[in-house]
Amino acid sequence: MKPAPFDYVRADSVEGALSALAEQPEARVLAGGQSLIAMMNLRLLKPGCLIDINRLSELDYIRAEGDELAIGALTRHTAAATSPLVAEHCPLMTAAYGHIANRAVRNRGTVGGNLCHADPASENPAVAIASGATLVLTSLDGERRIAAEDFFLSLYETAAEQNELLTEIRIPKAPANQGWSFQEVSTRKGDFALVGVAATLDCPNGTCSDARVVAVGVGERAERLGAAETAIKGAVVDEAGLAAAAAAARDAVDPPSDFHADSEFRRDLVFTLTRRALGEAHGRCGKGG
Amino acid sequence: MDSVKIALTVNGRRHEREVEPRRLLSDFLREDLRLTGTHLACEHGVCGSCTILMNGQTARSCLTFAVMADGAEITTIEGLGSVENMHPLQAAFWEKHGLQCGFCTPGMLMSALELLRENPDASSEEIHQALAGNLCRCTGYQTIVEAVEAAAETMRGAER
Ligand SMILES: Cc1cc2nc3c(=O)[nH]c(=O)nc-3n(C[C@H](O)[C@H](O)[C@H](O)COP(=O)(O)OP(=O)(O)OC[C@H]3O[C@@H](n4cnc5c(N)ncnc54)[C@H](O)[C@@H]3O)c2cc1C
Ligand code: FES
Ligand code: FES
Repeated sequence: MKPAPFDYVRADSVEGALSALAEQPEARVLAGGQSLIAMMNLRLLKPGCLIDINRLSELDYIRAEGDELAIGALTRHTAAATSPLVAEHCPLMTAAYGHIANRAVRNRGTVGGNLCHADPASENPAVAIASGATLVLTSLDGERRIAAEDFFLSLYETAAEQNELLTEIRIPKAPANQGWSFQEVSTRKGDFALVGVAATLDCPNGTCSDARVVAVGVGERAERLGAAETAIKGAVVDEAGLAAAAAAARDAVDPPSDFHADSEFRRDLVFTLTRRALGEAHGRCGKGG
Repeated sequence: MDSVKIALTVNGRRHEREVEPRRLLSDFLREDLRLTGTHLACEHGVCGSCTILMNGQTARSCLTFAVMADGAEITTIEGLGSVENMHPLQAAFWEKHGLQCGFCTPGMLMSALELLRENPDASSEEIHQALAGNLCRCTGYQTIVEAVEAAAETMRGAER
């Protein structure tokens, strides 16, 4: 099992990578390779050219900038998972990393590559949507910013054009009083989610003022579950409120059946994980992150 | 598709070679350098048998092109110890029957090595988690976890 031949370009600057991408319509970006090389080994993908961005240390950083957390696209999973800045300003991401892959994959895989790969069972797209992240896409024509919610289009498909490099993920710092939770069921620790649910919740005085609920493993992409959000907003967060929101979440999804879980089981998981996620998020509200 | 010149250090020895860009690091190690201790099963990242250390951190050699390891320091199972001079982890796997066919063992050892370097007091639960990305079809894992616990004890003792 070997990948098909390809031309190899090792970028030594962002500009160099962008020029190479513009010149080679067949080219793909090679980041950690933890999804791309697997697909090439299986010959599911045969790109004619790879632009290796692993030397672009200028894209490997985690910084607090004003009211945002800025994560360079080449930041390795291991660095993001253990970052005190991420734990402080986007604890939802730290929680999600409890479910993402294994150590060897996390050592090489990158936050940017993970988002661009857009696996529908992947956790970070849900984190990005739930925390209202903005993705920075750069090409020779300049820079554009897109809300995470608009970035994930379908299975392995994003709004990034072939000539664009994802350079940065910008996440609004989580308000100190906001609760969060990432709940997941998978067949083994570190496997992709059968179903995962990310939630954030604001609950200033017993009543929920705002919430986000995003599910993965339920369709072709990470899905924001507006019906569950509407159900919990303005409600008292007690058993009844949680159950109502969880039921709304379950009714909003139509997950696929596959070898690991059928659609009915996945819908049950959406119910249970939404209830748990909102419940845990509620328990964390007002505790100052 | 031109070959690319790379230079890297493997188990302390420097190598310079020309490789096709599509050459996987796993095949480079096994076929070009004849270091066949790194095992290959799934070749798409799920089994962990090909795990090596790249600049001190575990990596799947089947999910790394050799060109990406240009300039890197690689440690394979051959760099861990020898039959005459076994690493405490190797000795413990032997003692505790942490292997049967031995196919998964090189990857298990590399993952366990990274864990114990960072967390010498790893609990049984932490060992289970650290090895969750390494599959074994023989042992049922129990003896592997016991072996890592035993190695941790030896390694803690050696440091005192
Ligand atoms: C055994 C195993 C278990 C895993 N488990 C999980 C899991 O539980 N959850 C999970 O989310 N993931 C999991 N993964 C995938 C892992 O998170 C990958 O690291 C990630 O999906 C891809 O990141 P990468 O840096 O390796 O990207 P690559 O594989 O290099 O690239 C992936 C795709 O993104 C494109 N790309 C990469 N970077 C950029 C960029 N900056 N700009 C534009 N395009 C870019 C590439 O061209 C390619 O199409 C697992 C992988 C393995 C092998
Ligand atoms: S051979 Fe590399 S993970 Fe299975
Ligand atoms: S000992 Fe045979 S696969 Fe682990």
